[in-house]
Amino acid sequence: MGMTKGWKLYDPRLAWMLVAPVLLLLLLFLLLPIAVMGVYTFFTFVTAGVETSALTFANWKEFLTDSYYHGFLLKTVRVGAMTAIICAVLGYFPAYFIWATTFRHKWLLLLLLIVPFWISFTIRTFSWIHILGEQGIINVTLLKLGLIDQPLQMLYTEGAVIMGLLHFLLPYMILNVYVSLESIDRTLISAARSMGCTSAQAFREVTLPLSLPGLGAGLLLCFVLAAGSYVTPQLLGSGRDALFGNLIYDTIMGQLNWPMGATLSIVLFVVLGCFAAAYTRYMGMSQIVKGLGG
Amino acid sequence: MIAGQHQDKEGRWAWRLTGFITLCVYIFMFAPIIATVVLSFNASMFGGFPLTGFSLQWYAKLLSNEQVLTAFRTSMWIAFVTAAVTTLLGIITAYALVRFEFPGKATFGTLVILPALVPETILGVGLLVLIKAVDQPRSMGLLLLGHILLALPYVVLITQARMVGIRRTYEEAALSLGASRISSFREITLPLLIPAVVASALLAFTISFDNTSASLFWRPAGVETMPTQILSMLKISISPEINALGTVMILVTVGIPLVGGLMLQGLTRLRKRVDAKGNA
Repeated sequence: MGMTKGWKLYDPRLAWMLVAPVLLLLLLFLLLPIAVMGVYTFFTFVTAGVETSALTFANWKEFLTDSYYHGFLLKTVRVGAMTAIICAVLGYFPAYFIWATTFRHKWLLLLLLIVPFWISFTIRTFSWIHILGEQGIINVTLLKLGLIDQPLQMLYTEGAVIMGLLHFLLPYMILNVYVSLESIDRTLISAARSMGCTSAQAFREVTLPLSLPGLGAGLLLCFVLAAGSYVTPQLLGSGRDALFGNLIYDTIMGQLNWPMGATLSIVLFVVLGCFAAAYTRYMGMSQIVKGLGG
Repeated sequence: MIAGQHQDKEGRWAWRLTGFITLCVYIFMFAPIIATVVLSFNASMFGGFPLTGFSLQWYAKLLSNEQVLTAFRTSMWIAFVTAAVTTLLGIITAYALVRFEFPGKATFGTLVILPALVPETILGVGLLVLIKAVDQPRSMGLLLLGHILLALPYVVLITQARMVGIRRTYEEAALSLGASRISSFREITLPLLIPAVVASALLAFTISFDNTSASLFWRPAGVETMPTQILSMLKISISPEINALGTVMILVTVGIPLVGGLMLQGLTRLRKRVDAKGNA
């Protein structure tokens, strides 16, 4: 290539040329929108769909003083945290099982974990209606057995929302923990056992601590994805179970109040960003990268 | 050695419990999906249990639903373009990130995976506010761009992981023998990269085909993608038609990667056989 004459084989200038399209894409459509959103939080809302660029603190004042918004934020953090913790507890067992099993077709267990990623999220979510709904398998079975005479109200509750989120997030957790377990040097465990550890002690002293990075990455990922969710509360929850994402959607697409919608988006971004930053400060970025790559 | 890991009494008990919970988690993951597939063949007028008989009428009804077919076509071509563009961008980016040292590389690496970590709602609002600020209407281009942004982190990570395993000495040998940079990449690196390219393209396709939250913000007025179409159908009722639609979607999104993976496996096996013949 003529234009690389006089350039080193791995010249940084060439690297910049290669990453330029993606860098441009990220600057223009990821960072710039977030910046514009930041500016929008200071715009003045006039009426639905109309705002002026007269700068004001009104949106921030409204957010900071109205307990309606605080309630939403707290509920979102609580649901996110509960989902992430239940995911960690339930997800550790399958990850450990797949790692430790002598079953010959281990790949099948791993493949089954990846298959849900291929199935439409909307379908996976609404399919819970067939389990929990009035005509769902649980209610129909219990009614037939005569154990209840009225269908149980399980759908359109916070429990159903958390159930749907667990269903969506468990594969992320299991894969994160599994990747972490896979990187453990197995001779360490043999060593612990031959030195007289019981299997429980070997697990507590060796396996568990060494798998914590994966567990941490899984917790963060599940928390962020749960707290940012929109579709699950929409489909499986009642109006009272709406989360912050639903609030943002309604503010922008329903009320057409763009400045307030931008303010709420920035709030969610900053809150979730703080959790992520606190995590990467202690654990680094690499574990998340491993987890995302499967 | 793993067998010896749980040989004491306590260990065996814990191992059984682990197996049991694992089984429960797998049932938890697949039971609702299986219920949807089963119900799509149910003769009942309502979308739920109990089962009343076998019927294919909901599939027939689906095939004559013009709205659904339009949404399906829209989603298909957006997913195709997203997969093609993102995979191309991913290869170039991964090549730069793996082979080169340049100032700002770490920051760039973090920036690339950011779209996967920022909640979709925020990405959705962000792009929307941006085009509102420059007074542009929502367009298919915006939807496409958004999908590319969403799929990019995964594609870069997959391609990067594979690229790390390809030694640069192969390319450098070709270069020292007089090959141009582009032809050394095309002849040496790209063939070794194929599994990652196929995996990336399939994943980008599914990410785009499946995207719901962000698409709700980005789609132009009157345009429905497959998931948004399902959402708007769900607002009316849980009709058996939705179960049929769900089953078709599962076949498409699970079928394509599975067939792709099998084809890839067959291809490598074939190539190995040809190579073996060539050597003999």
